[in-house]
Amino acid sequence: MDLQIIWDELPLYFDGLLLTIQLVPLSLLIGFVIAVPLAVMRLSKNPFVNYPVFAFTYAFRGTPLIVQLFILYYGVGTLDGYSELTKEFNFLKGAYFFALLGFTLNTAAYTAEIFRGAMAQTSFGEVEAAKACGMSQFLIFRRIIIPSALRRALPAYSNEVIFMLHGSALASTITLVDLTGAARIVQSRYYAPYEAFITAAVFYFVLTFLFIWLFRLVENHYNRHLKRREETIQVVT
Amino acid sequence: MASNAAAMVDKTPALVCEDIHKSFGNIEVLKGVSLTAHEGDVISMLGSSGSGKSTFLRCINLLETPNSGKVIVGGELINMKATKSGEPVPVDNKQIERIRSKLSMVFQGFNLWSHMTTLENIIEAPIHVLGLSKAEAIERANEMMEKVGIYERKDYYPAHMSGGQQQRVAIARALAMNPSVMLFDEPTSALDPELVGEVLKVIRDLAEEGRTMIVVTHEMGFAREVSNQTLFLHKGHILEQGNPQEIFANPQSERFKQFIAGNLK
Repeated sequence: MDLQIIWDELPLYFDGLLLTIQLVPLSLLIGFVIAVPLAVMRLSKNPFVNYPVFAFTYAFRGTPLIVQLFILYYGVGTLDGYSELTKEFNFLKGAYFFALLGFTLNTAAYTAEIFRGAMAQTSFGEVEAAKACGMSQFLIFRRIIIPSALRRALPAYSNEVIFMLHGSALASTITLVDLTGAARIVQSRYYAPYEAFITAAVFYFVLTFLFIWLFRLVENHYNRHLKRREETIQVVT
Repeated sequence: MASNAAAMVDKTPALVCEDIHKSFGNIEVLKGVSLTAHEGDVISMLGSSGSGKSTFLRCINLLETPNSGKVIVGGELINMKATKSGEPVPVDNKQIERIRSKLSMVFQGFNLWSHMTTLENIIEAPIHVLGLSKAEAIERANEMMEKVGIYERKDYYPAHMSGGQQQRVAIARALAMNPSVMLFDEPTSALDPELVGEVLKVIRDLAEEGRTMIVVTHEMGFAREVSNQTLFLHKGHILEQGNPQEIFANPQSERFKQFIAGNLK
């Protein structure tokens, strides 16, 4: 293990880290915002609402992320019509945009299915109680079904977040220099695979740990009602 | 109670149900059930399982859609129409929501919102359905929690309370809507025997306040002592109806005699 290599290339890793911690939270955030309405649509009995979303989640969960990225970047991105259409908008052209797009759609598909499952589990009686108070369908979703389902979905969603972090390594396959991209550069410069990739691994490990810790905080706060009473601390509101 | 009812005679009844029919598939559960509740009436509905009493209660606030019949709440008829396939549906969902907000319901299984504390459960609908400010809703909630004796549990989640406590929270939640009629669907049937009393006491207090209530129950003693009108349902029909003292003392139908004998031990 040649620590000098790692030390010399640290700035490159930090550039890579910067890209990773931009791409991942951004795609997770946009993916989340898309996933909530998609999950609601998936619950609809109307096939015109339900099936398109089903097709979307099926397509993105049924294919590898790397294939999706290649189709977007090498496929859509190189169409004549596409560059014509987007000539005014430069940010729609680069690898960064296609990585963000691919990650966002991918995580939206998985997250929508996680949320759909959690929403479908909402106790029928709780929904009925909301109806009996005169709540509209929209209000029932907004105040009862979605808040309760998102809380229940937290553990499963934290897994999706970690998968997304690790999946983001694929950004390096479409020319981006994220953490993995930095490691690949180091490897090709020095033929030092352990130095190059173990350093990247340590970065991912620390990021994963941070996400897990963050989710534990969020779960402790929002899922007090799912715990046994002895384990909860009463918070006076 | 009798003089109270007499004074209300020329007023619009709080609730009228006329000839309610309801089928699930080929099974006709309600075969024409009618009921009139004046302000201050406490009507108990008795009947064995499957007699249709819970279904009838759920038809009043349209949790089940009756196949035919009229529901009139405070003089306002719930408008129904038929779909192409002949299924009855409400004409206007907004009307249903408005009427439901006047008919609070208490369920057998409590049905509290599990992600909300006691206080949050009680202020939820007053804020988001009735449009009260948070301060007004909390003030009202405090009053209701005191009334049902649950104030010390105001920051507890439903899963951290006993069944009796949860049902009292559910009653406070129903009361906070300031309803014109309260519907109770077997409110004590899911409780341990020693918790039944605390819930019945709360309902009894509400009756004494003059709340208009329709109570589906298996508690014969409660029906006899608290309600001023008792209905006995059997196979989708009303078999007995009247002042509980009278019909318990002098049952007309063989079925009701058996029912009383089986229940009064």
